[in-house]
Amino acid sequence: MSLIQSLAIMLGREPVKPRPEEYEPEASALHEAKRACKMSPEQRQEINRQTHEAHKVHTWRNRRWLTLLAVNLLFVASYRFDVQLIEGALTASRVIGFHFADLNSALQVTLAFKTILINLVIGTTTVLILWWLLGGRSFCSWVCPYHLLAEWAEALHLKLAAKKLVKDHQLHRRTRVVLYVIFALSALASGYTVFETISPTGILSRAMIYGPTWALTIVVFLLVLEVFYSRRLWCRYMCPIGITYAVVGAVSPVRVAYLPQDCHHEGECRKVCLVPHVLDVTKKGFATRMHSGIGADCTRCGLCVDVCPTGSLKFEVKGLDKLL
Amino acid sequence: MSQSPKRPPPPAHVTQEARRRFLRSLLLGGMAVGAGMAGWLPMARGAAPRLRPPGAIAESDFLAACIKCGQCVQVCPVEAIVLGDIDEGFGIGVPYLDGRAQACDFSCDAVQCILACPTGALTHELSKKEEVRMGLARLDKPDACLARQGLGFKGQARGADFPGLHRYEKVDRWNPIRIADHPYDLDLCDLCVRECPIEGAIALVPMSVDAADKRRTPEIRQSCVGCGMCEMICPVEPAAIVIDARAQWRAS
Repeated sequence: MSLIQSLAIMLGREPVKPRPEEYEPEASALHEAKRACKMSPEQRQEINRQTHEAHKVHTWRNRRWLTLLAVNLLFVASYRFDVQLIEGALTASRVIGFHFADLNSALQVTLAFKTILINLVIGTTTVLILWWLLGGRSFCSWVCPYHLLAEWAEALHLKLAAKKLVKDHQLHRRTRVVLYVIFALSALASGYTVFETISPTGILSRAMIYGPTWALTIVVFLLVLEVFYSRRLWCRYMCPIGITYAVVGAVSPVRVAYLPQDCHHEGECRKVCLVPHVLDVTKKGFATRMHSGIGADCTRCGLCVDVCPTGSLKFEVKGLDKLL
Repeated sequence: MSQSPKRPPPPAHVTQEARRRFLRSLLLGGMAVGAGMAGWLPMARGAAPRLRPPGAIAESDFLAACIKCGQCVQVCPVEAIVLGDIDEGFGIGVPYLDGRAQACDFSCDAVQCILACPTGALTHELSKKEEVRMGLARLDKPDACLARQGLGFKGQARGADFPGLHRYEKVDRWNPIRIADHPYDLDLCDLCVRECPIEGAIALVPMSVDAADKRRTPEIRQSCVGCGMCEMICPVEPAAIVIDARAQWRAS
């Protein structure tokens, strides 16, 4: 998949099955072999057993939750207990004295204030390089405090949905793009950082560090919507911060790679994924190569890696194996 | 495209779901934009401006330039700075002070909040407390002022439970202490002048030519920076002297 395709799908285009000429010969041969091989009931049972076992693995999720809590608690401890490692909030901070600025907050300020601020240039460049190296939207799943709450809301939503008490109402994925443009233009036109008024990331980060605020009602409202109305509403269809970091991580060395060789194409990975369109490649006969990254919108949360019984999805650092 | 151009039209339930999905996106997206824009309402209401930390640039620029990170909050030794809540609209996460609750007494000496600000919303062009202009003190209730009545003051300026902090250089040069831990015994109340951190910003002047007349009135001078110290220390309730945030000196 080309970078352009990956970005287009991130921005809302629906993924389609690749054209025949896009397949590498090895991948075509693999698909052919898989089509020829019919599974016996015993084999299917074995796969179901493996899948069930894999569901119990939470290695990456646990690592991620620990990281997310550690980063946010470092912010809190830096102020409350005067540890002074990460001063500020997620919108902007000093990490052991170095300026860090959230790319989206810095963009809002720059558009509203219409001035290039040297500290923000330093802060955004640092953050840009950091998150390019770490995978872009990995910010979402490994740092953003709203993501963690949304994961718990999602678990509740899925429980209720299994009992047929709630139904997932999907939105168009382009909603996020439209909101991104509207919030950027409104900052430019009004001279106010309009998005910050409702940004659950900023609101949560400040509430943890400086104490609870009434602004948390926005977060609660979003979570209620996500439990009862639309699965992962904010992160999936609305948050402009996600787009910003998706662009940053589009060519990141840290990524989840898909190797179709052993894949059973059961689709468990797509069921747990926040952005299942990046996993379209895992559908039977869709992989054009024997080894490929899964796309810009991936938050590197590792849920698919945990759930995959065959090791067909795994974290990798591009080029690291060549170096070693 | 791999599909044939003569694909049959999608079944009715698919187009219906697509239409509903579009309407949902429009509605919820509209709500997000509306909620964001609603931040403008408190601006439009035209409430009195907030007292901003030292060095705050013009209010509209200040709201634009502030990145809502609270680094100024973290460095303030008397914890005078707090962040705006959702009722401040676009001012959410933007720092302000409530002078009566906790004024800026410049006990950090070097205007730390300005140094902490990553965006210059608190302008880096200031380096001394005397250059700060947050607002101006004003004698709001002259009749309540103890000095104007020739009265003294004895005890804790704001009562025993008041949590406000102030740095008393003679007590501890480096650490602010609670005002409640520093009782006074004054023949004539001069707290606003006594605790003002800016030299010559406020003075007590006689109210008559009679030398035996003890009464004095606080007079605010041009060097007032509007830090709120006089408002915080004023022992009468409500304070006789208040800060007009963002007010500028006019020769009268």
